[in-house]
Amino acid sequence: TMSGRVIVGVKRVIDYAVKVILFCCCNRPIYVLIFYPVVTHLTLCLLANVSQLTPGDCCTRETIRTALAMGADRGIHVEVTGKDYETLGPLQISKILAALAKKEDAQLVILGKQAIDDDCNQTGQMTAALLDWPQGTFASEVTLEGDKIKVVREIDGGLETIKINTPAVVTADLRLNTPRYATLPNIMKAKKKKIASMKPADLGVDLTSRLEVLSVEEPPQRQAGVKVETVADLVAKLKELGRI
Amino acid sequence: MIYAPARVCYFIHSALYVLCMLLTAALGLTDEQKEFQKVAFDFAANEMAPHMAEWDQKEIFPVETMRKAAQLGFGGIYVQPDVGGSGLSRLDTSVIFEALSTGCVSTTAYISIHNMCAWMIDTFGSKENREKFCPDLCSMKTFASYCLTEPGQFIFLSLLLDCMPFISGGGDTDIYVVMCRTGGRGPKGISCLVVEKGTPGLSFGKKEKKVGWNSQPTRAVIFEDCAVPVNNRLGEEGQGFNIAMKGLNGGRINTASCFLGAAHASVQLARDHLLVRKQFGETLSNSQFLQFKLAEMATRLVASRLLVREAATALQENRPDAVSLCSMAKLFATDECFNICNQALQMHGGYGYLKDYAVQQFVRDRVHQILEGTNEVMRMIISRDLLTES
Repeated sequence: TMSGRVIVGVKRVIDYAVKVILFCCCNRPIYVLIFYPVVTHLTLCLLANVSQLTPGDCCTRETIRTALAMGADRGIHVEVTGKDYETLGPLQISKILAALAKKEDAQLVILGKQAIDDDCNQTGQMTAALLDWPQGTFASEVTLEGDKIKVVREIDGGLETIKINTPAVVTADLRLNTPRYATLPNIMKAKKKKIASMKPADLGVDLTSRLEVLSVEEPPQRQAGVKVETVADLVAKLKELGRI
Repeated sequence: MIYAPARVCYFIHSALYVLCMLLTAALGLTDEQKEFQKVAFDFAANEMAPHMAEWDQKEIFPVETMRKAAQLGFGGIYVQPDVGGSGLSRLDTSVIFEALSTGCVSTTAYISIHNMCAWMIDTFGSKENREKFCPDLCSMKTFASYCLTEPGQFIFLSLLLDCMPFISGGGDTDIYVVMCRTGGRGPKGISCLVVEKGTPGLSFGKKEKKVGWNSQPTRAVIFEDCAVPVNNRLGEEGQGFNIAMKGLNGGRINTASCFLGAAHASVQLARDHLLVRKQFGETLSNSQFLQFKLAEMATRLVASRLLVREAATALQENRPDAVSLCSMAKLFATDECFNICNQALQMHGGYGYLKDYAVQQFVRDRVHQILEGTNEVMRMIISRDLLTES
């Protein structure tokens, strides 16, 4: 076992099974929670890293409450609004996480490897770099060994096992764990657990984006194919289209 | 080409969103209740629904799955925390059972019977009985059955002589909460006893073959010169009738809630089928008749749900209309929900009649219209209440 604080990041995104239609200028996106696997035997401190602050915005707090019901000890809600929220990306999030990790004197930061909305796979790595901490990404197995952590990583070639010092950043892959069910007593206890609110300025973080989105478009509609009778026709058609 | 501002925003198609909201059954619930419901839905979908058909066909009493449910707090939902219960309200309980039933009605119905027994011991039992029986019941280390029958036999104090048919869980469970006659005629002569399996004189009839509810065994429970310690009595001698009546109110809400879950699942199955199945060149969802039918089903489901939840609240608050409301809720919800499940099967056409499709199991589990007092008896209770000069 390890003593010390663990920070777990939670992001609220749209469920993969939902049919989505692109629409412009929506202020209240409707999100459904995706859970990240949670390492079971450590004391947890929970962070929610994005939120649009609107009066009575229950969505993010609901997410944090669910995570508290699953066993986290405390929640932190970093409120980001307006233009900053629009341009929030992995770099900004990792700055916030790094600041929090220092503030909370954390031994371990656990994040998901890749969110299913933006598919960036960057936040964990950037956070580790900002903190100058070792990173164990795509973890499918995490074991504590004294003051080091053994991480089995899922990589293209198979499984890689590394040992890293703490404090460290770990990003979770699908097979790390099965999310536990919240129990009824824990759901009730979650009501009494604290969720601290703070702003990025409180952490001394600059959220300016280095990216500017120029346009967002749907991919072109798939066109119907053309049937040809002979190979000669095929070759002629391809030449006509300038493909060969 | 679609332009969007710096951040792409998503908006779920409004019709889909509204329908999902109706079908999530979360409207009007507190945040906490929504959490309870979510856990129950998740547990039902992951741990129960994949096995529902097998449990039914092989008549398996899913002990391990129920124990997993108990670990989440579902073994003694409205039992007090000092003896291992979750200490929740009747409304919370209704929400939970409705959600769990979408995974398997029969198993959830048994869990609700078990919960009622645990509650009886918790509420009316002595300190020793509460501490002896409740913790194991809440964790489902032990299982309970409820025996309520037409008191007809004269028996001696603490020596039971009776045969009670149709006991859910009978033979497989460890604890039997029994209402029996210990005194003279009339309600005042009935007491409530806890009989433990293995007590000499306690035996069981054959396992009944049922149309549905097959994941729980049903047997007659037979008492022949069965000696029960007086200490195992819940409440005072002669208080049994009173305890039974109180138990029935909650039992009726639980029964109604379970069948709400069946109807909820059936509406969803029917809806999904209509969107997929094509006849005459288009999906069934384009048929106005079926659209209207689906609308009626959903409306009656929501109406049933509201009545059941109101009854649960009335019971929790000990309101004077609680008994009538519980009877009304049981009557209305079980009748409506049976029609909903039946309609859903019809909408599936021939496929609805195959055991490969879940909807037929929800229809076959329709015993909710019969037990906890038949719906005919519910009408008796309600009309008596209406016609009595107060």
